[in-house]
Amino acid sequence: MAETRGIWGRFLDRPNEDPVKAIGMAGIVALCAALVLSTTAILLRPLQEAHLEAARAARMEEMLDTLPGLRDLMREAGVDALETRLVALSDGRFVAVGDGAMEPVPEAEDIAGLGERPAVVPVHLLERDGRLALVVLPVSGQGYQSRIEALLALEPDLNTVAALAITAQGETPGLGTRITEPDWLALWPGREIADETGAIRIAVTRGDATGPHEVDGISGATRTGNGVANMVRFWMGPWGYGPFLDRLREGAA
Amino acid sequence: MSARDRLVSPLIRDNPVTRQILGICSALAVTTSMTTALTMSAALVFVLCTAAALISAIRRHIPRAIRLILQITIIATLVILVDELLRAYAFALSERLSIFVGLIVTNCLVLGRAEAFAMHHPAGAAVLDGLGNALGYGLVLMVVAAIRELLGTGALFGRTVLPLAEEGGWFAPLRLMQLAPAAFFVLGLLVWAIRSARPEQVERPEHRLAPEAEP
Repeated sequence: MAETRGIWGRFLDRPNEDPVKAIGMAGIVALCAALVLSTTAILLRPLQEAHLEAARAARMEEMLDTLPGLRDLMREAGVDALETRLVALSDGRFVAVGDGAMEPVPEAEDIAGLGERPAVVPVHLLERDGRLALVVLPVSGQGYQSRIEALLALEPDLNTVAALAITAQGETPGLGTRITEPDWLALWPGREIADETGAIRIAVTRGDATGPHEVDGISGATRTGNGVANMVRFWMGPWGYGPFLDRLREGAA
Repeated sequence: MSARDRLVSPLIRDNPVTRQILGICSALAVTTSMTTALTMSAALVFVLCTAAALISAIRRHIPRAIRLILQITIIATLVILVDELLRAYAFALSERLSIFVGLIVTNCLVLGRAEAFAMHHPAGAAVLDGLGNALGYGLVLMVVAAIRELLGTGALFGRTVLPLAEEGGWFAPLRLMQLAPAAFFVLGLLVWAIRSARPEQVERPEHRLAPEAEP
């Protein structure tokens, strides 16, 4: 009988102690699992992305609401949303289209633990009477156990934080996730990122923050706090929005 | 054991949470509201039943040496599947459940039933056993969540049941109920209540003090 059942039957007929059977079963189960999960992930990706995009937009609106007087400013400027433009990170120039390409970040510069950065990113600007009133920059970085995504709003001096909003994270519930609480995010407005010499100084400290460059950390979430600080430092630096901000300061992006 | 027994006995008599004290971590974490508890229970019903069916179906071909690896692979696949579905179709809920759906993988209840039951029984019985245990777990979750949400926020499933004092009613919510320790208190009281009603569930003490020797 056995020879008529083909290769599959002969495989199943092998005793369970047989190494071929063990490796074969492991391979089959792993292959089935991989097929099911990759199919699901690809099919559901558009739906999930749409939810994330909606959540991001909602966080953006929430953040704009926390900025005092911003709504009035927008009403005066006659807009109900910030202007979104694309920026090439390498030279900081505005570009018309982005293709979603990623660029590797050298390890020594990669303080946010990203590995790579998009070549072109959207930034959000609010201008009033031809002068910049607010810049909102999307940022991301590695936290304790997840990728943290956030929006960083800067005052027109491009050095003072206007607001910080966390748009996505998967940190430890009850500890790291507290970075999303309004009480902690409220510590950020008014903090200065670089000192007079232009060196980036912003940090999340353990214990009492002193000076304009420090933010109080959350007890039990030291590494998540450091992740947020590194994220801001990276994106304000030469491998982040540095070139773009320099061009904005010169008034010609 | 009849099919009915397989389904009914894990509800109270052999309840995985209150009798066997399994799956406590998630039972504590997701019971702040009825909605999250119900979602978590539904996720567990799906994972436990499907895992039981799959593992039972291939049980004769699972080599002993790698049986735990295969069981965990199957369970993890199902859990990721549920997580992906929730993120696609119930985004707000998946945000609230955060990592706890993913942590079903490590819920001793799932691997325990796979190893203790599905490996040695036909698919039909294994699914019934999985369903019974998942429902038992869900029942405890719902009871704890009902107490915590009602006393903590005056609501059930997010709908106000007890009018809140701050909105002109009479009920002052117990904030403690929404915090993690309250889950321990409620669960502990529940275990005590069940074991008082059914003394046969009380575990034997592991050791006794020797009678005092005469000086």
